[in-house]
Formats: sequence, C-alpha cells, structure tokens
Amino acid sequence: MAPIMKVAVIQFPGSNCDTDCQAALLSFPGVDAEIVWHKETSLAGYDAVVLPGGFSYGDYLRCGSIARFSPIMGAVRAAADAGVLVLGICNGFQILCEAGLLPGTLLRNNGLLFRCEHLHLRVENTDTPFTSVLHKGQVLDIPIAHGEGNYFADPETLAQIEANGQVLVRYCDASGNVTPEANPNGSLGNIAGICSHGRNVFGLMPHPERVCDPLLGGSEGRGIFQSMIEAVAQAKAK
Amino acid sequence: MSNPAITPELIAKHGLSPEEYEKVLSILGREPSFEELGVFSVMWSEHCSYKNSRPELRKFPTTGPSVLVKAGEENAGVIDIGDGWAVAFKIESHNHPSAVEPFQGAATGVGGIIRDIFTMGARPVFLMDSLRFGSIEGDSEQAKTNRRLFAGVVAGIAHYGNCIGLPTIAGEVYFDESYSGNPLVNAFCLGILRHDQIARGAAEGIGNPVFYVGAETGRDGLAGAAFASRELTEESKADRPAVQVGDPFREKLLLEACLELLATDAVAGIQDMGAAGLTCSTCETASRGGTGVEIDIQLVPQRAKGQTPYEVLLSESQERMLVIVKKGREDVVKRIFEKWDLPYAEIGKVTDDGMMRVRNGNDVVVNVPARSLADDGPLYSREAAPFTPPAPLDLSSVPQADPTTALPQLLAHPSIASKRWVWRQYDHMVRTGTAVLPGSDAAVFIVREANKILAAATDCNAIYCKLDPSVGARIAVAECARNLACSGAVPIGVTDNLNFGNPHKPENFYQLRAAVEGISEGCRAFGVPVTGGNVSLYNESPAGAIDPTPTISMVGTIADAAHITTQAFKEAGDQIYLLGEIGSELGASHYLLAIHGRKEGAPPSLDFDKEIAIHYALLGVIRKGLVRSAHDCSEGGLAVAIAESTFGTNLGASIDLGVTDQRPDVVLFNETQGRIVISAKASDAAALEKELSATGVPFCKIGEVTAQAELSIKTGANSYSWTVASLNETFERAIPVLMEG
Repeated sequence: MAPIMKVAVIQFPGSNCDTDCQAALLSFPGVDAEIVWHKETSLAGYDAVVLPGGFSYGDYLRCGSIARFSPIMGAVRAAADAGVLVLGICNGFQILCEAGLLPGTLLRNNGLLFRCEHLHLRVENTDTPFTSVLHKGQVLDIPIAHGEGNYFADPETLAQIEANGQVLVRYCDASGNVTPEANPNGSLGNIAGICSHGRNVFGLMPHPERVCDPLLGGSEGRGIFQSMIEAVAQAKAK
Repeated sequence: MSNPAITPELIAKHGLSPEEYEKVLSILGREPSFEELGVFSVMWSEHCSYKNSRPELRKFPTTGPSVLVKAGEENAGVIDIGDGWAVAFKIESHNHPSAVEPFQGAATGVGGIIRDIFTMGARPVFLMDSLRFGSIEGDSEQAKTNRRLFAGVVAGIAHYGNCIGLPTIAGEVYFDESYSGNPLVNAFCLGILRHDQIARGAAEGIGNPVFYVGAETGRDGLAGAAFASRELTEESKADRPAVQVGDPFREKLLLEACLELLATDAVAGIQDMGAAGLTCSTCETASRGGTGVEIDIQLVPQRAKGQTPYEVLLSESQERMLVIVKKGREDVVKRIFEKWDLPYAEIGKVTDDGMMRVRNGNDVVVNVPARSLADDGPLYSREAAPFTPPAPLDLSSVPQADPTTALPQLLAHPSIASKRWVWRQYDHMVRTGTAVLPGSDAAVFIVREANKILAAATDCNAIYCKLDPSVGARIAVAECARNLACSGAVPIGVTDNLNFGNPHKPENFYQLRAAVEGISEGCRAFGVPVTGGNVSLYNESPAGAIDPTPTISMVGTIADAAHITTQAFKEAGDQIYLLGEIGSELGASHYLLAIHGRKEGAPPSLDFDKEIAIHYALLGVIRKGLVRSAHDCSEGGLAVAIAESTFGTNLGASIDLGVTDQRPDVVLFNETQGRIVISAKASDAAALEKELSATGVPFCKIGEVTAQAELSIKTGANSYSWTVASLNETFERAIPVLMEG
C-alpha cells in the first residue's frame, strides 16, 4: 500500500537532526520518510519536505546562508510554489529565511550563549496544515537547541505576518502567558515559528521531532506531524 | 631551507634525555635526521608512549567475556552488549591545550575523542565531560582567569559537540585551587557498532595503498604531544602554536564519509591522526600490522605553502585520517570522499620491511623501524614516595555550623551547585536518545538502532584522592557504579583518565601508582574491565601539582525501559528510605571544605562487599517496580542528596533521622559511602521493606514526600526546615551569578 505521506528529509552537509526527523516521522503509521542528499535536484513524488536542524556548512557564515545555494534548493522552492508542505526546523528554519521562502531572519540569541532546554510554546493559529489538530492557545512543551534563534523582521514585515496570522507558535510560560521571561533568545513578539503567506511553508526554532516519544521526554511534538499527515490525506482525497 | 645540526641542546629541546638519545643512536646505527629526531621526540613522549605509566597500567583488569577489543590494542576498547551489538568508548584529556587556549583546546579534545571512536567503525552516539578549574569565586585576578577558562572550555565543548551533532549528556565540574593555572578537560565519547563492523588500525596487506583523507595539513598543533608532556610554566603561552584549531563541520563530514567507507569492504585498516599526527598514525599502523609504511610528504594535502617535512610530520592539524585501502578498490575512496567534498590523496603504500619510511620526493627523510617508535620506547619505573596516611579528623577542632545556613552554603558551592549553566549550552538531546537529562545521577541514552538502553556516569572526588589516593580511586569507581545503579543500570566497563603531576616527583608517582591499584581493585570488585583511557602527567602550574584526579567513566546497560530511574521525588505521600547507614565520616568532606575551608582528615572508608550488596539490593527492588526515585549521597552528604531530590518537583520532604548522639552537622553532611536515598509509593512500602530485609543490607525509613514544598529534617532533638524554592534558587543561581553577575 502506498504511504499516506511520503516525506523527503533533506540532508545538507552538516545536517545533524536528519535521522532524528526521519525516525520521528516513521513512528507515524502511513508515513514514509527518506533522506535526500542536498546534491539531488528533484523532489518529485514527495508529499512533504523537511529541512532538518544541524549546522549546514558549519554555520561558519550566517546560519543557512550557504545551504540556500545547495542544488536541492531549486526543487524545494518549486515544491513550495506548487503548494507542497515544507517544514524547516531550527537550521531548516534559518535556511528557509535565507532562501526567502519565509520572511525575516534569525539573529544571535540575545544572551549570546547556545541554549538547549525544554520550554513552552503557545499555539497561535490552528488554521494551517501544520497546526490543524492542535487547539488555539494550547501550550506545548517542546525543546529548543540553538545559538541563533532570535527572530527579527522589519516593522512592516512583522505587522504583515502578525495581521495575516502567520505566527504559529510563540514562546510562553507554562500557563501560556507570553512574557519577556519566557523568551529564550530575544525573538520579536516571542515568535518561535512562522508560516508563509500561502500557509504551506512553516519554520520554527524548537524541535518537535525530539518530543515524539514519551520515553524521550514527551510526545507534544507529534501534533505538528499529525496535522501534516491529515492535510496530505485530505488533499489526496479530493 | 636546511635543517639544523643535531646538537645536545636540540636534543634536550625535543624532550629526549641523553639516555633516550643513546637508544635512538643504537636503533638507527647512525645519527638521526632532524625529522627523525622530531619523530622520536613525539612518539616517545609520555602522551604517546606512556613511558612512565605503562608498567602501572598493566595492573588494570582488561579482560572478560564481553571484551571484544582490549585496552591498548586499538584506539578504543570494544564491549559486547548483546544481540550482535557492541559499544566502543573512551575518555581522553586535553588539559594543557585548554590551559593556554580554552576554547580551541577543549573543542579539539572533543574532536579527538570522537575520531578515536569512529576509527573503530562505531557510530558515535553521545559525549560526556569531566572538568576541573580553580576557584571561580571572588575578584582576584586568578578567579577572573579561572572564570575565563571555565567559560571558554564550556563554549569550546559546546561548539564542537553541538555542531557535529552529538549530545553531551552527562559530566562533572569541580572547582578547587589546585587546578588554578592547570585546568582539566577530559572528554568521553561512546559509539555503537555491530560486532562485524569493528575496524582495525593495522597496515595490512603488502602493496596496499595508503590514503590520507580529511582536512589539509597546516602548521597548527606542532608537536602538541610533546607540549602535553611538559609542566606548564609562565612561558607556556608561547606554546599556543602547539594548540590545534578544530573544525567540527569538517569532522562531521569526515565521520559520515569514513562510516560510509567502512561499510564497504574496501578498507584494510584505518587510524585517526591525533597526537603526533601523521607520524603516529603511520608507525602505529605499521607496527600493529607487522609491516612497514612508506609515504611521500609531497603528496600530503597541505593548507600552507612551504611547510617543511618536519612540520608536516609533526603537525597535529585536526580532522584527518589514514586509511589503508585494499589494492584495486581505490575508486571507492574517490567516490565517497568526492561525494562529501573532502580532500583525499594516495600518499604511499604498505611495505614488507617493517620500516616507517618518509620521502620528500626523491629524498628519504625518515627511515626508522616502525616498531621501535610505537612499541619499543623507553619505560621507566619511577620512584614512589612512602605514603603518609592522613591524620584522622579531630572533630573537636571543627566548630558546629548551624545546618540551617550550612545547607544553602553547600548547595551554593560551585562544585555542588547546579551545572545547568554548563549543560544548557550543550545540545543534550540531538540524536533523540536522551531518556534522562543531565543533572541526575547517571545519563540514560536509548540507542534506537540497537534497541539498547545505556547509562553512563563520570566521577572523581579529588579531595579524597589528595588525602588518600588509593581510597579516593576506589571510591571513584564505587561512586560511578552507585550512580549507574541509581539509574537502574548494571555496569559493563570502565574507561579512566589519570590526571597527575610530574611523575619524576616521588610523591606524584606514589599517587599515580596508588590510584591505579585502587581503580584495579574497584574494577575487579565490580567485575568490570578497564577498556582503555588516557594518562595525563605533568599537570603542574608554578604553584605546584594538581590534586591527583583519576577520573572514572563507567558505562552500564539497563535491561528494560521500565527500570529507568531518576533522582527526583515523584508524588506526595511516597515513603523515603535510606539504603546504607546514617554514617559519621566527616573527613575530607565538602562540609569541611565549603564551610570551614579545610581540606583534611581521612576520606570515608569503602567496603566493596557492602557497597555491591547495596547496589544489588537497589537493582532488585527497581526491577520489581518498587522504586520511584533513587539518588546517591556524595559531596555534601545526606542533606544535600535529599534537597536535590526535591529540585525540579513541586514537592517537599519531611525527614526524621531518629535518635542519635551525633552532632547534627555530622549526621547531615558526613560523606560515608554506600548510601542511597530512594522513594516508593506508600502502597508499595511493605513489599519494598520485605524485599530489602531479605537482602540483609542496612536500610531505614527516614521520611515522606510532602505536597508542601518544604524540606524539614529532624535529627535527635534538633529540627531544621527550609522552603524548597529558596534552596533550589540558591542551587540554580550560584554559577550563573558568578559567571554573569
């Protein structure tokens, strides 16, 4: 039987969450996930694309600024334009911003140090293929691990993405309050993740693939992948 | 450019004694070339040859039914974990580089140990670190330097580990004046592999091509192995060129490319270029293979123009490997290394004459029997000073501190305080296997490809080792095993990092010998082999030698995910028990150090039979599902252990330690060994007591987990209480406040 959702997990040189994402995806029935090397040029046959976390090209220049020139990025852009779901996690989010597939950019954490810890996210918009099974205002416990996750955009862009409901998750406290103390990196508006105008490209700094198994600290990341599966299944049913 | 003449001064500058130079002359039957002098210098340094420690290291138990690759045989030992799977693990020091350049020193320490693991054919899965610094408290120049070193080392480890994508899941950090000017940075890596994937570092097959793969050779890290085998002085800063520069991105590519290459059958042997770089990897592979290796310097990929053969041979540039490829399979190397955009070059071949021969085009610059470098170095049995046992602590000389203030003071001592500031900078979750986050007794990691659960801990209380090296070393082994037992694991192997001062000083050599004997005794008692490790001598600053620090890292396995146990209390109403005795040994304790500024007395005694019985008793009740939390008592004693079990929960504890004629400070803060605080559901209490009684180990009920987040402890007629929030704040804020103000 063909899988409900066949996912390409892009492997850039320096990706290090590629197999984690693959394993998390494969834990869902009906999902197939393959690692696709960045020198490939086609994503034909895939229902969704994941740009995983890591340090593409070492992130020695601005994070993601070299990976955006990888041969596969032409196919990623074409897929995004065609409405295919594209999820960028951490370094993947940075690459999507560098490639112009998402607005804004990610600066060095305001505390200057790399931070890896569990924290809370508030779901802001559930009318997207990445959040449809979640509830508006729901608080998710999903860890971060980054040194450059401080979301920044110019005031006009920020106003646009806010007005357009593109902010999907914000850093918050355990009760769902969006406070300066709950902001781990200085992101404008406590923004942890945003989607594209067309809703089919989503980038976030936290790592949902790390909380897909109760043995490994929780399963609150599953909703994002589950939403993607349902969106793909619905599109195929039409 | 012509080479300098070989003079006694040049020989001395290379760290070779006149006797060692005589030995070089007799091996060669002639005067060495400048390059050969450099090659002998690094290969016969303590770092590469273990010339001062090897006779002692032979005392370690290294065999056992699960040992697939023994200590010393290859780059790392390999232990069977069942179902065709095995683990390769090792700890290694990068102390001197970190003293002069903390960021790169620590980063390349991590890079080096990772290469040791994937050289074995194993996929690295996690890291740990054992770190020591001078005091970071106060405004002195020394404290500022220590803070800079601490921050730099942590950032360096984070830089390398995070980028390469390996979680740093456990470790230890201690602060003590003896490490001022000579910090310790010991990095551990564990990898996983199938039995049939074990790769060997031997140059097999006469005529097989020798490939150089990975980063180009530059002038960094020149003769770092020799640098590591000297005492640090005021002038050591001038040795900064001896510190390598790390590139974790290159190493990530190298790791993936090498594992891809090893998965083919094109490789006859593989060896990383670590200490002593190209020199060490060529003569060691030849020596192991019983063959010779001939290479041409001009074929080596080089970063800088105009490097001399001497520089290329002795460079410790990072992220390089030597691969012996089966003749006719050269195209496989080409395909894989081109895919990963990594430099590679065929630089020579395996020969049948047992010589390490290095050409510079048509000139032969090194022509030395490989065995003489790798295995026939000098060996010394140094003089050990007679041991003076420490005077037992005279308790009457210790004023009684009020526990109400002493407990927060202990929790704020940087060696005891929360290390969240450290591990929050490390990605400790990548590879999605971390089942117990840093901060508990042992880290627990699930290796999904093998369906195995591993636990690991690293320990060494150097105060104990300073006062009685043998007892201190035995306790380090026992504490590691105890930490594993608290997580539900059974130990399977040990790797050790012996950090000591200059072995020419008899008191230092005694410490080394006593510690090795203590570790050996401990490993025999627990039935675990030493699978390898590292020796770092000459850890001295102008102020003197470090406290002896034989760091122990122990790896264990957990049979079932249901057995994974953590130190935090779980629910109000749970009953709290102490396995072991209340104890009374205050000598060498952190209470004496942190509250009274005294490093003295005899360390606590250790009885392996009692200790092991307690571990087995604990594992028994864990496996029966009767234990909700387990935490061992170490620095700071029972009071610190109980306080730590309340942290990260919204719970408190009400403790009654019963009638006693002992001083409250002794009861609360003594460091008697073999003690574990556990909690159990009230409904399981009877079953737990029955099980424990049957084992014969001492235990007693000491209290209950409470919904009110308050810790109260009663001992005899005295009672003390604290809010958990204030203790936790003290514990969590101590290091951030010192580091960030």
